[in-house]
Amino acid sequence: MPNKHIDFFRRKERLVNGGASRASEKQMALGKLTARDRITALLDVDSFYEFDLFVEHRCRDFDMDKKVLPGDGVITGTGSIMGYPVCIYAQDFTVAGGSLGLMHARKITKIMDHAIKMGMPIIGINDSGGARIQEGVDSLAGYGEIFYRNTLASGIVPQISVILGPCAGGAVYSPALTDFVFVVDNISKMFITGPEVIKTVLGEEISMEDLGGARVHSEISGNAHFYARNELECFHQIKQLFTFIPWNNKKKAERYPVKPPKAKFDIERIVPMDSRKPYDVRHVICALCDNSEFLDVHANWAANIVVGFARIDGETVGIVANQPMVLAGVLDVDSSDKAARFIRFCDAFGIPLITFVDLPGYLPGVDQEHAGVIRHGAKLLYAFSEATVPKITVILRKAYGGGYIAMCSRHLGADFVVAWPTAEIAVMGPEGAANIIFRNEIAAAPDPAEMRRRKVSEYTEKFANPYVAAASGHIDAVISPAATRDFLIHAIQISANKSESRPYKKHGVPPS
Amino acid sequence: MSAVPTDETLRELVIGEVSYATRYTKKFETRSLYVSPDPRLVRCVIPGVILEVSVRKGMRVKEGDPLLVLEAMKMQNQVVSPHEGTIHALCVSAGDAVTKGQVFLEFE
Repeated sequence: MPNKHIDFFRRKERLVNGGASRASEKQMALGKLTARDRITALLDVDSFYEFDLFVEHRCRDFDMDKKVLPGDGVITGTGSIMGYPVCIYAQDFTVAGGSLGLMHARKITKIMDHAIKMGMPIIGINDSGGARIQEGVDSLAGYGEIFYRNTLASGIVPQISVILGPCAGGAVYSPALTDFVFVVDNISKMFITGPEVIKTVLGEEISMEDLGGARVHSEISGNAHFYARNELECFHQIKQLFTFIPWNNKKKAERYPVKPPKAKFDIERIVPMDSRKPYDVRHVICALCDNSEFLDVHANWAANIVVGFARIDGETVGIVANQPMVLAGVLDVDSSDKAARFIRFCDAFGIPLITFVDLPGYLPGVDQEHAGVIRHGAKLLYAFSEATVPKITVILRKAYGGGYIAMCSRHLGADFVVAWPTAEIAVMGPEGAANIIFRNEIAAAPDPAEMRRRKVSEYTEKFANPYVAAASGHIDAVISPAATRDFLIHAIQISANKSESRPYKKHGVPPS
Repeated sequence: MSAVPTDETLRELVIGEVSYATRYTKKFETRSLYVSPDPRLVRCVIPGVILEVSVRKGMRVKEGDPLLVLEAMKMQNQVVSPHEGTIHALCVSAGDAVTKGQVFLEFE
């Protein structure tokens, strides 16, 4: 009688090594780890428990019945990251190019169902040539079943996509439906139609990297939230993200010991008085948050707004801040999209929002209007209004016109709105306002330029401050930069039991 | 540690009649400026190949009259006249590969 234990080890041995060693070497030459090494590198030591190692594909056409595909090209299972439970799957490019067949997809949907049921985050490592053409429509069915679960899981558990190889055609829509997409330079490739198709159909020539490389998606398209130079840096970023987000929408994010901001960020000296002068708003964030630790999301895309995670009083908060250093901090199509998505993530997972305001308004331009800045800008209003997590707004400097309203003003349901003495809360900038209000006087004056200058300065004196808005109760208080951290701590503490109920609806219809 | 950038990357951006010192994004820098369309020109909207030209120079056409057939995305698309007028110049002929934005013909 054969020894069943030895038989088991042999069977397992054959499967765990994935595809041919030649394919693994090729993978490594490209700076890529194998699927199993990636899981090992990302998860806590010895924490991985594999699902479905023995699954086999069922394709009988095109001689596929003679082929053995270990694990059907995907490794799935559960484990932990810094003690944090996660479900994970990693497509194995060394097995039939990581192509997605029905059983491959069923392994993924099984682990996704598990994640939803158990309330744990799901991490998908994508490295696949796409649909397994031999399996035909079964392979398409597989994609559809994954998209469906991505949508069901949205807002229930955090979903993370890591693009560590090609992810093309329909496959891209799973990452697009998830919360955070990580890409790595020279390794990630994402597109709906590749360079070859584009060339044949449209005659446009472009390299894969310029079409859908890591830089493109983290700087131009905004499809990726985090960009890394290599896989290990990418895994480090994922671990960092996990310190800030909760396991699921019923849990709070982990509380960390409170550490003061680092001394090199001096809150009194960051924001110039002259509202035309730029500064890096991330310094304001670092001067106020615990340990000056800020995780910039979408750092290289739509940099005129900054969004990301930090901690105040040990609690995770989501930060939304205009960035005067880039495009004067204006709102436009991309920055509205970026902030709106982030706000909805925070709201879904019970993360309080802190908004720092310093913007001159919306970016003018035909391209903006034609790209639909109206409906894109509306997403930001919708997201802030819809959010019921604690909403705290600090107006640092300029808050003009529509921009003032959009940046989580009291009118959109902010719970706390305070302003610094340098704040200018007005219907528009003094120059524009004076030109309209005093148009006749300026035109009739013997020296119109001098009259304009006087009127602008009169208007500035009277309205470019926080006190007019404070007089109407639109802001709650004017506070000094030095008092801001204590105020934020207080606001976070007393918001712990915030409850806000809204009339029942199946779901809203946000602009998109 | 200074948060205020002072390097040459700073540019001017005018919003509401105020000029702000700031940096441009790559996307902003490479944006294409709007050019109002010239009603005398009929342009290509999708790259493809001209299969057939149905008009001649000097011909008078009515709105909706076929001008040419453009094969693009495996479809034969009839390009029709956007308005009434006389053809002043033909810039393409059958067999030509055309790109987006290329001028097909000019009205008088």
